[in-house]
Amino acid sequence: MSQPTPDSTSRVTDVTPATEVTDVTDVIDHLVGIAPGSRLDQVRRRRPDARENAQASYAALFPAPDAASGVTGEVTPAERLAVAAFVAGLHGDAAVTGFYADRLAALSPALATAVATEVERGRTTGPYGVYPGEGPLAAESSRGLQYRAGDRDALGERLAAALTHAHLLVFRPREASRAALATLLDAGWSTTGVVTLSQLVAFLSFQVRVVTGLRLLAAA
Amino acid sequence: MADTVLDPAVPDPPLAFTQDQLGWAPWLEPLTEAELTDTHREALVDRARAASPYFRLLARDPEILRTRTRTDNDIFYNTKDGLPRAERELAATATSRHNGCVFCASVHARFAAHHSRRPEDVQRLLDQGVEAPQDDRWRAVIDAAVALTATPSALTAEHIAALRAAGLDDLAISDALHGAAFFNWANRLMLSLGEPTPAGS
Repeated sequence: MSQPTPDSTSRVTDVTPATEVTDVTDVIDHLVGIAPGSRLDQVRRRRPDARENAQASYAALFPAPDAASGVTGEVTPAERLAVAAFVAGLHGDAAVTGFYADRLAALSPALATAVATEVERGRTTGPYGVYPGEGPLAAESSRGLQYRAGDRDALGERLAAALTHAHLLVFRPREASRAALATLLDAGWSTTGVVTLSQLVAFLSFQVRVVTGLRLLAAA
Repeated sequence: MADTVLDPAVPDPPLAFTQDQLGWAPWLEPLTEAELTDTHREALVDRARAASPYFRLLARDPEILRTRTRTDNDIFYNTKDGLPRAERELAATATSRHNGCVFCASVHARFAAHHSRRPEDVQRLLDQGVEAPQDDRWRAVIDAAVALTATPSALTAEHIAALRAAGLDDLAISDALHGAAFFNWANRLMLSLGEPTPAGS
């Protein structure tokens, strides 16, 4: 696994960044371009717990590596950033994608290249998916891309399985299944690791939409 | 021993959107209530959630559960100005209807119906879908939630303008957008870690 680097995340820290990947106090403000005291800043501060905990959620999912132990839970920093860069890329938002892709590239340029390739392979529009055929929603079923990660050599089996699952959750969450979870466990993911992976994909699905929505509101 | 997937073998699983009170069965092993430490219980925020297999499964990563729950609570329960509760729940329901989360839609359809006192309008959203006729204000909230739920996002300045024309100020628009964005988080967990079970089960 990749070695942790001092500024592979953007948590608030006393450490001076050594590369172009700089620390960010509030990721959503940064990605939308919300300046202190601006109209949108005032709106966000009317929901202070939501603002603070959206940032705290980011910090929980992208923790600075523990200097003493190197422990970052059951999902490595490179895996976390690779999944984030992939999910952001599938949403097609340049600012959010760049944010995570830059951090992944600082940790592992090869992985960043592989993930960018997978984003191109996985790009489509959603949500879509098939409802159970015997149910009243069958008429609403819509089929689409059933992506499987392509470059298993560059990604490794574990991360390839994670990207395949992430694509399922991003575009056709209604087709999520026990079998999909079994595939993750077979690829080496633990139950707790799957919970963290699912939170990563789901949180990114939230964060990118807050950024998109607030950007339009700021311009309106 | 390697971890395994659970098979709840749900008889007669719910296949249609409903306002009924459904259950939910996990596909991965939650922590048991006896395994919950103080850290886990703090992550649940609301202690009654220790009884829920969904929250005890998410408690396996307590830090993100704690921050997620606090984000959720402020978006939906901070009623100081902004969008009324009913329409935040409407945004959650429309998002869940569009993504296909029968369980999430059932919970938040009940909340939307209760706070708006418009159960028939909510039921039409569940039965006929996000395009079903609604009044102008609900139309604007539903359309914005659905557009933001698309991947990539289909939200445009016209959606924001329609929300404004329906009487929403900046904070109310932000509340509607956050309600939809948050359910894109919630739906993906609820849909992928287990399945709904019938009312009364």
